[in-house]
Amino acid sequence: MALLEVFGITKSFGKTKVLKGINFSLEKGNVLSIIGSSGSGKTTLLRCLNFLETPDTGIICVDGEKIFDASTAKKLKESEIRQNRLRFGLVFQSFNLFPQYNVLDNLTLAPKLRINEKNLSPEEKKQELEHITQHALELLNRVGLSDKADFYPCQLSGGQQQRVAIARALALSPDILCFDEPTSALDPELTGEVLKVIKDLKSENTTMIVVTHEMDFARNVSDTIMFMADGVIEEMGTPEQIFDHPQSPKTHAFLNKSFENF
Amino acid sequence: MGFWDVTKNLLSGFEQTCLIFALTLVLALPLGLVIAFGSMSKFKPLSYLTKVFVWIIRGVPLMLQVMIVFYVPGFLFGTPLLPRFWAVIAAFVINYACYFSEIYRGGIESISKSQYEAGEVLGLTKSQIFFKIVLLQVIKRILAPMSNEIITLVKDTALARIILVAEIIKEAENFIAYGLVWPLFYTAVFYLIFVGVLTLLFGFFEKKLDYFKA
Repeated sequence: MALLEVFGITKSFGKTKVLKGINFSLEKGNVLSIIGSSGSGKTTLLRCLNFLETPDTGIICVDGEKIFDASTAKKLKESEIRQNRLRFGLVFQSFNLFPQYNVLDNLTLAPKLRINEKNLSPEEKKQELEHITQHALELLNRVGLSDKADFYPCQLSGGQQQRVAIARALALSPDILCFDEPTSALDPELTGEVLKVIKDLKSENTTMIVVTHEMDFARNVSDTIMFMADGVIEEMGTPEQIFDHPQSPKTHAFLNKSFENF
Repeated sequence: MGFWDVTKNLLSGFEQTCLIFALTLVLALPLGLVIAFGSMSKFKPLSYLTKVFVWIIRGVPLMLQVMIVFYVPGFLFGTPLLPRFWAVIAAFVINYACYFSEIYRGGIESISKSQYEAGEVLGLTKSQIFFKIVLLQVIKRILAPMSNEIITLVKDTALARIILVAEIIKEAENFIAYGLVWPLFYTAVFYLIFVGVLTLLFGFFEKKLDYFKA
């Protein structure tokens, strides 16, 4: 069974239909890249999965469990939404680190606040807190920033900040990690280090959805490519199918344009 | 009357000045936050009502407001509602809370939506996002305008004199009956020292928050 199943997601902003019925599924450990021109609905889809937008219709299931159903969404309590959204992690285009916390605290802030909500004995709590710090340090090691634990975001380069943001999203052990154009705000020479981290995550079987404009990267790292146009999935398939043998004229036109720029 | 006698008298007035300042600050700082949330409320009637209230309070001279709080209940009920000192505190707190609320609102609205979203996707509650993520960034951004407003408050305390509260200016004026005018000008020294200390304090806080950019 697929880890993520999405049925009939639609979303309008006022009169503009941004998503017109999105259906797809994603296997555990697979990487899905979403490509398409600006305004095609890529980012909105990602934001729907992360509960930053509420879909007008549709169902989202993770691990066979229905975590969102538009027909009952209004009845959801805030605590349920908070619980469900932790199935997903999101890395933003603009990093969005918390500037007043150092790197380690950026990673541990949310997990530590969650500990406070559980009813734990002081002894258990102390153990949990130590565990959180330990886990955060491991994650920093994984993104190659062990030596930056007590740096503040303003002291880091864009690439380093984005790697911290990835580690921060991983600190809550989401089932699916989403990236919203993770390298678009970076200088060209800094994109490599971020893409490498995502590649490493893939080799560790992390399930990921990546909205990206980096075509070569999408081709290398993805199991599936989704091409979106005008709020629908125009075409979906393996990287070979999409990049080498696109069926839809829209896909063809988009890819031609994308590679022209290089 | 000698210099030290005058100084002693002025100090007792200065005590009142400091008390008005401190009480106003302690009460108006949190009340301002409540008003700021009111004017930012998504419930339109509340937001409009708050904005009209802020407009009135900021639109009428503070001196007049002090007189209204003290004298108007007297006209209506035949007796003042509040003793002089507390009438001053009430008028000052309301007035300054309104000014603070606009500074808070500006600060809160200047924090980008993405900071809230980053907190949301990490599963934080709305109040956790506000207190753990947004608040300190807001404080850093509003420190300079707040220090301006707070320094103005030091000198506005002199308006308490209008309903005969014995703050430092009122004390100094009493000497005029003895033919002494210089104590009135001498009060400036007290204000200058007070504001000097505040300036250093705000400089210290600004330095304290210098470690991050927001």
